[in-house]
Amino acid sequence: MDIAPIIAALKRQKTAAALIAIEIALSCAIICNVLFLITHRLERSHVPSGVVEDELVYIRTAGIGASGGDDPMVRAREDRAALASIPGVKSATIINQIPFGHSSWNTGVKLAADQQQTSANVGAYYADEHMLDSFGVKLIAGRQFTSDEFLNFDDVLKGKSDPPSSMIITKTLARRLFGDENAIGKNIYLDDTKPTRVIGIVEHLIRPNFGSDLIDADSSMILPVRLSLGYGQFVLRTDPGNRDAVIAAARKKLKEVSPNRIVLDAKTLESARSDYFKQDRVMAGLLVAVVISLLIVTALGIVGLASFWVQRRRRQIGIRRALGATRRQILHYFQTENFLIVTVGIVIGMGAAYAISGWLMHQYELPRLPLYYLPVGAVALWLLGQLSVLAPALRAASVPPATATRTV
Amino acid sequence: MLRYYAWLAARSLKRNPALTALMVLAIGLGIGASITTLTVLHILSGDPIPEKSARLFYPQIDPRTINDYHPGEAPAEQVTYPDGMNLLQAKRADRQALMTGGGAVVLPDDAAIDPFSVDARYTTADFFAMFDAPFQYGSGWKAADDDAHARDVVITRSLNKKVFGGGNSVGKTLRLQSTDFRVVGVLDDWRPTPHFYDLNSARYSDYEEVFLPLSTAMELEFGRNGSMDCWDNTPDGDQLHSPNCSWLQFWVELDTPEKAKAYQAFLNNYSDEQRSQGRFPRPNNVRLPTVMQWLDDQKVVPTDVRLQVWLSFGFLAVCLVNTIGLMLAKFLRRNGEIAVRRAIGAPRREIFAQFLVEAGAVAGAVLGLLLALFGLWGVRQQAADYAELAHIDPTMLLMTLLLALATALLSGLLPAWRACQVTPALQLKSD
Repeated sequence: MDIAPIIAALKRQKTAAALIAIEIALSCAIICNVLFLITHRLERSHVPSGVVEDELVYIRTAGIGASGGDDPMVRAREDRAALASIPGVKSATIINQIPFGHSSWNTGVKLAADQQQTSANVGAYYADEHMLDSFGVKLIAGRQFTSDEFLNFDDVLKGKSDPPSSMIITKTLARRLFGDENAIGKNIYLDDTKPTRVIGIVEHLIRPNFGSDLIDADSSMILPVRLSLGYGQFVLRTDPGNRDAVIAAARKKLKEVSPNRIVLDAKTLESARSDYFKQDRVMAGLLVAVVISLLIVTALGIVGLASFWVQRRRRQIGIRRALGATRRQILHYFQTENFLIVTVGIVIGMGAAYAISGWLMHQYELPRLPLYYLPVGAVALWLLGQLSVLAPALRAASVPPATATRTV
Repeated sequence: MLRYYAWLAARSLKRNPALTALMVLAIGLGIGASITTLTVLHILSGDPIPEKSARLFYPQIDPRTINDYHPGEAPAEQVTYPDGMNLLQAKRADRQALMTGGGAVVLPDDAAIDPFSVDARYTTADFFAMFDAPFQYGSGWKAADDDAHARDVVITRSLNKKVFGGGNSVGKTLRLQSTDFRVVGVLDDWRPTPHFYDLNSARYSDYEEVFLPLSTAMELEFGRNGSMDCWDNTPDGDQLHSPNCSWLQFWVELDTPEKAKAYQAFLNNYSDEQRSQGRFPRPNNVRLPTVMQWLDDQKVVPTDVRLQVWLSFGFLAVCLVNTIGLMLAKFLRRNGEIAVRRAIGAPRREIFAQFLVEAGAVAGAVLGLLLALFGLWGVRQQAADYAELAHIDPTMLLMTLLLALATALLSGLLPAWRACQVTPALQLKSD
């Protein structure tokens, strides 16, 4: 099809055509970036935690005063044993923090005692001997802790003992600290004194609190340090269908064995994850709504303007038809015209999309818009343009040649 | 004339109801979305204590080790217990308070109420006067009570209602953990937004319900909430008293700029003095931000909220361009009408006015406002901790009107100008 006459005709209504092109450009720029933001949010909310999320429940408690002179460490271990004996509970542990939880423990680690700058900031899980089983984390290399490696947190805190002799780290952290070398047997320094040896590597274990950097999110270590309930919370593992029953039974059990503690929270880990990402889900929903609204507004704008043009040009269309143009040619005329305008818009829009992405990167620490989003946005807008212009163009095609002979 | 134009506009708009509806809806949606997000931003970036935020300062010093030192970085965000107590006792400011968040279990006398946990603030006596906390009954405790580790507690109106059924509860006993406290004051509704004096906890929700002396809470080993940054081993494991763990917030009130200057100098002297005693290995790094500077520094407004504002204005821009295009097409179809008016003597100015009135009618201001109210209702249903604060206020109401007016003018300007450019002779001939 010859586009020269179309361009000639467009030149006579520059303003209107330019407005549509601008609208398309703006939509294209916004839609490309918003689609990327949506994927980014969804990716974040699907980050693997490394634990058997659908089998876990956690229980946070608070003491209400006099513990009756019991040793808190002994008390905590008895309570844990009582919870582990509940029918349906496969394993129970006391831990300082849980994935998607409220508190997070973080430590800067070094690869040499005299190093001035820390090598990485790492999420620190303080675990007893039941932790690996309870969390269901996948040990992919090395071994578990042996019973003689466990320390008591109070001793560590008060400096009565050396740092733990061994630790288990995530695959992500191993790669971050040691690259492609085998991390097993390597030394990591938690302070300036003695090293801690890496004895095992787990597939994933997410730290409780993380930003958009998913490598940082998976940088965790497990230390063989037992806690009392002053710092620890319970995590129980059970069958997915059993979780509510286990929560109820655990509340009852704790009231029996530890009347001077109250339960602050007893929930499934799934609900913790869901709460943690609620804001991301709302934002993703909002962004989807923005994309849809933009598409609708743009489509209606094209329909409206194209309809006006068709009405204005009824006589010209009639004359063309009278001179022998087929309906198909009239239809194609409007479709090509739309295609040209949208293409101009898309070209400007892609540049704008890239510019906006650069600004977002700078302002909100987002990654750069991957280039493949640009053609996706372009194709979407071309389709939208063609769909919107179809009805007005069909109406144009149905203008009878006799119109040419009438005035107005 | 204006009334006549309004009448003409109404007729013209009625002639194309679908198109009019489309334009009004697009503009309305754009304005609604923009006002919704702007309102949220406006609320979240507001001043929590407008009367005196410029006179309240958050002194920062840097006692950390030389390890991980990067020149130019911000000093420690909180203070250690020894530094906090030194600064507090130096009494160099008009008022000063040292504080931290915590949590305690309330054991009500009424057996019908189960023990429950509340958020607490452990602080020193000046807190209430410094932050203008309003009392419904009683008052805060005295500085002497801090020294005496008094079992005094200030509770909020809502906790008073829950435990004592409301009324003047000053002098009553409240059992926290396993200790009896005497209620010395009941706060009236007080909710500075954001929770500026401690940004560790939720910044817009979950405010503390009991306030007690820091000395008492530390003696009784009440649980603390917040963040703690330790940079060296603590000799006997006592992180709370350690000079190497920062975990407390320290605020001062300085009533004149001269005093603020003097306080800054005092903090520098303090750093020097500590260095001479073998602490503070880093070069002096002292800051004295005001409330608003501190909030800005801590990036207290969620980035999502800012992003939403940009997004909604982008959307408004698309709606605007859309409306300009439609209106232009519509006006230019009425070339004949314009030509007739011009031919019988209307100057261009009048044509311009006529079409601007018609454009203005499309402003969709009312619709925009309605949609904004609906949008804010939607925000309140969200999970975010600021959700319940999302209400429109007079400033934003005015803002809506201005935005609607600006949008209408912008959308009508180009089409109306093009309309008044019509040359009457040419148009009359061609028809």
